[in-house]
Amino acid sequence: MNIELLTLSELIEVSGEEGNFSVKVRRKPRYVDMGKCIACGVCAEKCPKKVPDEYNVGTAKRKAIFIKYGQTVPLKYAIDPAACLYMSRGKCRACEKFCPTGAIMLNDKEQILTFNVGSIILSPGYRPFDPSVYEFYGYKRLPDVVTSLEYERLLSAGGPNMGHLMRPSDGREPEKVAWVQCVGSREIHRSGNGYCSSVCCMYAIKQALVTKEHLAGRESEQTIFCMDIRSPNKEFERYHEDARARNVRFIRSRPHSIDPGKNDTGVSITYATVGGTLVTEEFDMVVLSIGMGASADAKKLSEITGIELDPYGFARTVAFDPAATSRKGIYAAGGFMAPKAIPRAVTEASAAAAEASRSLSAAKGTLTKQKEYRPERDIAAEEPRIGVFVCSCGMNIAGVVDVKELAEYARSLPHVVFVENNLFTCSTDTQNLIAEKIKEFKANRIVIAACTPRTHEPLFQDTMREAGLNAHLLEMANIRNQNSWVHQSDPVKATEKAKDQIRMALAKAALNVPIESLQVEVVQKALVIGGGLAGMNAALALADQGFETLIVEKSDRLGGNAWHLNETWKGRKVRPQLETVISRVENHKNIEVLKRAEVRSASGSVGRFESDIEVDGTVRRVKYGAAVIAVGAREYEPTEYLYGTDGRVMTHLQLEARLRNGVEDFKKANSVAFIQCVGSREPERMYCSRVCCTHSVQSAIQLKELNPEMDIYILNREMRTYGMREDLYRKARELGVIFIRYYRDRKPDVFTEGNDLCIRAFDPILLRPLKIFADYLILASAIVPYDNQAIIELFRCGHNEDGFLNEAHPKLRPVDMSVEGLFLAGLCNYPKPIDEAVAQGKAAAARANVILSKTVMQLDPIKSYVTDRCDGCALCLDVCPYSAIALEEYEKDGWKHRRIKTDKALCKGCGLCAATCPKRGVLVHGFTHDQLEAQVNTLLDVI
Amino acid sequence: MSQNFEPVIVGFLCNWCAYAGADLAGVSRLQYPPNLRPVRVMCSGMVPPDLVVSALAKGADGVLVMG
Repeated sequence: MNIELLTLSELIEVSGEEGNFSVKVRRKPRYVDMGKCIACGVCAEKCPKKVPDEYNVGTAKRKAIFIKYGQTVPLKYAIDPAACLYMSRGKCRACEKFCPTGAIMLNDKEQILTFNVGSIILSPGYRPFDPSVYEFYGYKRLPDVVTSLEYERLLSAGGPNMGHLMRPSDGREPEKVAWVQCVGSREIHRSGNGYCSSVCCMYAIKQALVTKEHLAGRESEQTIFCMDIRSPNKEFERYHEDARARNVRFIRSRPHSIDPGKNDTGVSITYATVGGTLVTEEFDMVVLSIGMGASADAKKLSEITGIELDPYGFARTVAFDPAATSRKGIYAAGGFMAPKAIPRAVTEASAAAAEASRSLSAAKGTLTKQKEYRPERDIAAEEPRIGVFVCSCGMNIAGVVDVKELAEYARSLPHVVFVENNLFTCSTDTQNLIAEKIKEFKANRIVIAACTPRTHEPLFQDTMREAGLNAHLLEMANIRNQNSWVHQSDPVKATEKAKDQIRMALAKAALNVPIESLQVEVVQKALVIGGGLAGMNAALALADQGFETLIVEKSDRLGGNAWHLNETWKGRKVRPQLETVISRVENHKNIEVLKRAEVRSASGSVGRFESDIEVDGTVRRVKYGAAVIAVGAREYEPTEYLYGTDGRVMTHLQLEARLRNGVEDFKKANSVAFIQCVGSREPERMYCSRVCCTHSVQSAIQLKELNPEMDIYILNREMRTYGMREDLYRKARELGVIFIRYYRDRKPDVFTEGNDLCIRAFDPILLRPLKIFADYLILASAIVPYDNQAIIELFRCGHNEDGFLNEAHPKLRPVDMSVEGLFLAGLCNYPKPIDEAVAQGKAAAARANVILSKTVMQLDPIKSYVTDRCDGCALCLDVCPYSAIALEEYEKDGWKHRRIKTDKALCKGCGLCAATCPKRGVLVHGFTHDQLEAQVNTLLDVI
Repeated sequence: MSQNFEPVIVGFLCNWCAYAGADLAGVSRLQYPPNLRPVRVMCSGMVPPDLVVSALAKGADGVLVMG
């Protein structure tokens, strides 16, 4: 209700300033009335014009009137004017003729719209790289050379081959597939894309494993040609190791040419091995792992909005303000700023929302809309009187199911007081009809046999409420998605099934009772645990929205790990900016900081938590509606490579500290070595610490600049300078930093010889052992979580096997925790650099803002409830995944009894308790044992 | 067993995955035999085991719990 979606639209002009922009938008014609289109697909079925389907990257066809894919939002058809026969030749109009709702508007015109807005967020995405520039890869010339996006469609169950893996040349299943990495990434000559696209290594591994599953039980071989495998995100390294264990072959090489295979099918790839031998190998097909390029619209957008782009065409941002562009009031998110995977894009979107709403906080809520309903009729004393609406959905249902017969049948069933058949039950006039009929027949329950409740239940529930009935007195029978659409060739059996479905819905509806809407009063205050950069940024974003925010910091100063860092990877000094943030936090009227403080207890749930905070031995009780957990992590203390016994061996943070105290020692050094992955990517810590490769490269550059004569060696397992950080890696190589690869089973050896610090390593390219004399050895030590056991137990946090706190969903809810009202940010979630920690802090604040901005919060009313049959056996306590059930004692007739009580705010209505309970002592609203049983019984009784 | 045997299968479909998947099969027009009678549940974990048994006892030829 508060989002207006303009599709087929582009920004053409921006004027004004932060808080008061005027934007002009060009809306291109859709030629389809969105209010009328019901996405039945008849138009596309009748449309005679076929064109390549962009979504299936040309591997399939679509019509001139089309939806991009089944999950399109909004699910409305559109005409592609370039393909439409009527637009180009003035003849056809088939869609118009057959559309059952009259939604086609062939005279639709372009519109220019003007809006007044306070903030602008730009998220135009990225552009997949077109590999045609590399003629030696044979793309478009050889049929069995495809891009990774095309291959993704070939693998997909919704793709052109319905998930049957077939190679393009002859339709055979490819048993031997190769992936070529870095196509359009890490390459400055043809593509000009010097950066790493960050996502291709992981998607290639995923595609290799999915391919293996497609060919399960057969001999198959998947080979990935790569320079480095970069899997520096949460849980990625384990996935990478798993792929190796399952025999995905990784070859360190960048093939220089792809030639036709035998009989013009498949390919022949020539590549050089690490040792320098040239090999030619045949493959059934090859997938080019294409990178991400700057959005095609980026340049235009930058001209229109006046924001700056980086040399690659991505939006320019800074680490301490990662959502902001160069123009005040305009923010950015996602692939527009740099190549990245979904979790970061989603996090950045929330961070941009936090920034965009910060400057608008004074006007908060002034333009939002809310609907009013009439009071609900009390039906407690009434017998069930059920009204039935059978929807034809144009021909979508009526074309298969005999709706007249179905309506007649419904009339014969118990409790039914009227039956209506409508062309479209979801249309606006039918909503009025439903309300009238409810009044006329004094109906107290409604069954709608139509499409799926997953899309249409909210609409009909709204109609119920407008008619003065509780929303949950509605039941739907899904006779379209789960019947007429999937049984098109068997109308008789489909009609039989529809009768069963309607009878089952009626049986359930007769048992439906009103369900009270659930509300909690929100304590509009926030708690932030941890005063590092992530926590402080979360607190500032919340406090700027006007919410009282309490920061609980364990140590005696704010700032956390940022105190130990000298520069961001983009070379900006950390301290001045950190000090600015700290001073803003300490002087903010809405922020209170408790140092040397720890959370001792936590109770309550979303909207109304309570905790005891201990500060210097005294305990204080606080109430809050939402909390951000940002408790940080620390540098691993190495036990290897003479650390702790030789003063010349130090960690990254110790190097930073020594450089802060003066660079003279290092200026005089002749040789400095770095060893990567110290403590990371080991069996007991199977994750990549994400920041260390960039940190080493950056330190190496700094040392080289201090003394260009200095020899610098970086011993690494692979360099993971993801995204734009690749520029630093290239610069380091240009400056003469020497990179030597080692393997986990053949690590470098560090020892002393007289006074000399020596490193012995094996060079896999030279195929010989090396001995390096180093004045200093820097260990790129892992990032490890603190012992978070207390926090985990207090807040019932999910965590992974490494001890990092878990998000509710790794891709789509990256800053929410599984307990509603709790959010997380920073290193406690996973190792990350400053810009990502700050973005996550802001994102967590934006998500908490959704809860805190209302005085009363509506909860989904489908929850468990306790009946008087509960005898307190407590079997359900352990199965509840949300810890929403507690045991309580009460007295009745002088006897002590036990029973359970459920916390409605924690309960998600999954009903594990109900299925576990042997005596129906706990049930779920709308899905009681009786309601499920009634459906099964009515189905089977008549057989 | 006769050639015309048409089993009755009761399907308990989780609203968030299996039921959504069945909806998407519809949007994608994937055709399958009309023998399944779907019962929507909010989680496959809420299906009472005794209901599965009683469905079979009352004549269902199969019960699918999908989630």
